Amino acid sequence: MAGRNSALGRFTDGGLAAGLAVALGLWGLAAGAAGALLADSGIFDSLHAGTTAYVVRIAGFTLWQAALSTLLSLILAIPLARALHRRRFPGRTLVIRLLGLCFIMPAIAVVLGIVTVHGGNGWVNGLLRAAGGDGGSYLYGLTGILLAHVFFNMPLAAWALLQALDGVPGEQWRLAAQLRLGEAACFRLVEWPALRRALPGLAGLIFILCFTSFAVVLALGGGPGATTLEVAIYTALRFDFDTGGAALMALAQVALCGLCVAALTATGSGRATAELATGLGRRPSSAGGGLPALLQDILALAGAALLLLPPLAAILLAGLTPALPQLLASSGMLTALGTSLAVALPAGLLALLAGMALLAASRGLLLGRRQPAAAGLLEQSGALILVFPPFVLAAGLFLLLRESADVFALGPVLVILVNACMALPLVVRIVGPAYHQAGRERQRLCHSLGLSGLARFRLADWPVVRRPLALALALACCLSLGDFGVVALFGSQDFTTLPLFIHRSMGAYRMDNAAAAVLLLTVCCGLLLGLGRLLGGKAHHA
Amino acid sequence: MTRTSPFFHRIARFFALLLFITAPAWATRADDGLPRLTVYTYDSFISEWGPGPAVTEAFEARCNCRLNWVAVDSSLGLMGRLLLEGGASRADVVLGLDAALAAEAAQSGLFTPHGQDTARLALPAPWTDPLFLPFDYGYFAFIYDSRRLTEPPRSLRELVFAPAGGPTVIIQDPRSSTPGLGLLLWIRKVFGAEAPAAWRSLAPRIITATKSWSEAYGMFLNGEGDMVLSYTSSAAYHRIAEGVSHYRAAPFTEGHYMQTEVAAKLKTAAQPELADRFMAFLLSPEFQEAIPTGNWMYPVISLPDGLPAGFQEDSLPAALPPHDAATVARMRRDWTREWLDATAR
Amino acid sequence: MLELRGVRFRAGDTECRYDLTLKAGEMLLVTGPSGAGKTTLLNLIAGFLFPLSGDIRFNGQALTRLPPQERPVTMLFQEHNLFPHLDALDNAGLGLYPAPAARRRAAARAALEEAGLAGLEKRLPGELSGGQRQRVALARALLRDKPLLLLDEPFAGLDPDSRANMLEALNRLRATRRPAVILVSHAPEDLLSSADFLATVDTGHLRLAQGRLPS
Repeated sequence: MAGRNSALGRFTDGGLAAGLAVALGLWGLAAGAAGALLADSGIFDSLHAGTTAYVVRIAGFTLWQAALSTLLSLILAIPLARALHRRRFPGRTLVIRLLGLCFIMPAIAVVLGIVTVHGGNGWVNGLLRAAGGDGGSYLYGLTGILLAHVFFNMPLAAWALLQALDGVPGEQWRLAAQLRLGEAACFRLVEWPALRRALPGLAGLIFILCFTSFAVVLALGGGPGATTLEVAIYTALRFDFDTGGAALMALAQVALCGLCVAALTATGSGRATAELATGLGRRPSSAGGGLPALLQDILALAGAALLLLPPLAAILLAGLTPALPQLLASSGMLTALGTSLAVALPAGLLALLAGMALLAASRGLLLGRRQPAAAGLLEQSGALILVFPPFVLAAGLFLLLRESADVFALGPVLVILVNACMALPLVVRIVGPAYHQAGRERQRLCHSLGLSGLARFRLADWPVVRRPLALALALACCLSLGDFGVVALFGSQDFTTLPLFIHRSMGAYRMDNAAAAVLLLTVCCGLLLGLGRLLGGKAHHA
Repeated sequence: MTRTSPFFHRIARFFALLLFITAPAWATRADDGLPRLTVYTYDSFISEWGPGPAVTEAFEARCNCRLNWVAVDSSLGLMGRLLLEGGASRADVVLGLDAALAAEAAQSGLFTPHGQDTARLALPAPWTDPLFLPFDYGYFAFIYDSRRLTEPPRSLRELVFAPAGGPTVIIQDPRSSTPGLGLLLWIRKVFGAEAPAAWRSLAPRIITATKSWSEAYGMFLNGEGDMVLSYTSSAAYHRIAEGVSHYRAAPFTEGHYMQTEVAAKLKTAAQPELADRFMAFLLSPEFQEAIPTGNWMYPVISLPDGLPAGFQEDSLPAALPPHDAATVARMRRDWTREWLDATAR
Repeated sequence: MLELRGVRFRAGDTECRYDLTLKAGEMLLVTGPSGAGKTTLLNLIAGFLFPLSGDIRFNGQALTRLPPQERPVTMLFQEHNLFPHLDALDNAGLGLYPAPAARRRAAARAALEEAGLAGLEKRLPGELSGGQRQRVALARALLRDKPLLLLDEPFAGLDPDSRANMLEALNRLRATRRPAVILVSHAPEDLLSSADFLATVDTGHLRLAQGRLPS
């Protein structure tokens, strides 16, 4: 039925070609970059005993901090998600929005907030000293890394787990109420199955994010005892120009991270896809409750507030000084903002286009050619870039292209390209479900009406996919706006983005500059998101 | 069939849009007809409070050209950037490399002899390298606040082997910062094969190893540590520029390790004659006068008016002959690895 | 005896008002167009919704403000009656919760047999047909042994054979335990013989169509 000559097959060929091109392009870029670096410095030079032991030690620490961060984030997120699910209180929507904000904040902004709160002269130490004690310098090192990672990922996890809990059919809650299931039984029978379905994928994602985390480890690692592969690669490329070592570490990172994620997602069970709930989705307040549950929830909410609010407040307060307008207008901050936008917007657009191409090809393979395995592989190519260090990509490509292009212009173009690659998996993940659902539901209708390609996209897909598309574009731009790392490889006083500006200001201990720039960056991200929501229109119920 | 072409039209339009949006990156600077000399340096050199502005004015008046500074955020990053750009680099001159890394830099094959006469240089030791030209130097020292630390250690050995409860230090990472590298070499020079033990003894009292000098110094000024690795001239800076005298450099009996900063001319320079004139300019009084209170380092020639007041209050510390560049080139990676092993907790 | 007097509720734009009386052993069949308020009626009796005004009494005891777990009610929903990761035996056994597991399993085995599902104890809901799932829920209702049984479209989506099996199981339960039953169905034709009353709900108002007058 579905073969090369079937009408259905022909419909999807345009998208298929584009998607294949994108996937091949990604693999090609990665391989090319790694190859260029390996070729530049002989691979055998780098492989002496000292290096291997060093790499093994760093890889071990990277694994360790990623695993700890993931575990902590998930453990803290579960009570928070349950509390948000169980209780309706004024401001609940605001709290949920705040969770989203925490996740998309630029890493460098969060670092500033955390240093202000937990640094040697921070708020916590100030309070402790007033009470006669002294926390000392507890921030730099594993503690600081964990604090920052939990700040980012616990809200993400709580949000995703809340979604999972919301997906439980209302009938099950009512059943639990009727059967007088206590708190523990309620958790075991109703909540846990829903959570457990979401956890493996979530753990995998958080693990990758913490494994490849850069700005946090760079700023809060505090020295060689707490270095990850990503930071080591950056140091090797920027200062030593040890290209062979960097390439080797990149390969180690891809292999390790890929293995861990594969292991995590394999343990997840894919049984029982959630059916549409017919009954009331809301959980009756009497189900599995009582005083212990109330106490748990209050504790969870208070704990989350204590963890998340101070750094956010620090960012706001540090930036909102009377000197703010003057700081904004001077010292190159606005130029940096302009450069940031000039990089972020094209990067976001590119990521969107590439992501859509991948999805179109994947859907074509899935629905038209009945090849779910190939479709899955195609979409995972997008994820490859999540684990591949962006510095290696940028440096390798630079090495390949430096003879044929002006080095001053090549830098910015590569920053845009690599940022787009980094945002690609995000686009696929956000737009994917809606796009596939629209495809499944309208496949036969479009076929019978003779709709394909752009017409099909405009009529059948766009209404469903518009909102996630706008959100994905906004998030991709935000991600690129807050990127610090790749731009450091090519930065100079003429090519400075806001995160680079912040990093330099912090490095020069001009904290007032840094704080003002951080506030500016955060506000811009918020505006981008708002714009994305606006462009997305109202939620469409197919 | 036209089924796929609208798709490709759309792609083409987007890429056009893309190029348009990235136009600022492609834009060339306004051209006023004068030849441009491109100099790569580190960014504190050309900041408004560094020597850059004065130097730019002086040279541009002389040469009837424009100085195009490209600032990278650290001295070690300079070398990395040059290696990354390779033969395609647009630099004519690089200003601000550390002499300790001269041999390694020479291996890159990017540089060509500066051709300047180094006999008249007033350095503690004669300078013979034909490829790299020194333009300033300084001595590393630990700076402390005399109000906070009343009895500073009198030698490096005393600092390193102090018992628990001894002074805490903020240092820099030797892989990304030249003072950090300097400390690595200093400890190696003083303790030799005992260096790993020395690091292990110091490690618990290291607050953190920052990526750059300014970060470490800022932390010190903020009260996060008792001593910070910096230059002897930092004390002079506080005295001259701020009028405070409680920040002092702790003199060590073994001697202080010296850092020399050098400049070099690129083989692929597009403006070789201008580059030669710039190299000569580096040894001229107009350039060197900007060094003490601009870069807070010592000049390499004897200035006609001598050093500024305030610089002379520090008796020049006992100098320690530095490692020769060839040794550093050979051993740096191993020594850094030792440091990593000794300080990784 | 179940009594609803002047029970008022507001569902969206519809003002609902219910009055009825039902004795033990009797079955009230409720039918009407979608969205008319049939499920709302069941939810009010079960305690998942609270009325704006009016009285719900069972054997003289006021139920109106009691939470669902305190009411002598078992309710079967249209779908999602079973926990998807527990097998049929455990699902049915929950009817006796919080009794010890051994006792629950033994009783559930007997109940499943009575519902005609012997041999299917270890199956997960995903491995059972729609009709079999509903009968597991009925087995659980049997174990719960509450005097009030509410069924919301229990036969929806079942083929005629399954309907017949389900109806047979329901009638067996009614014969042994004699609960008061309210059954909501779109297509009540084959149930008329088993029911005592037929009522329609139209825009929130209950109207008796056949049988004895309620009060």
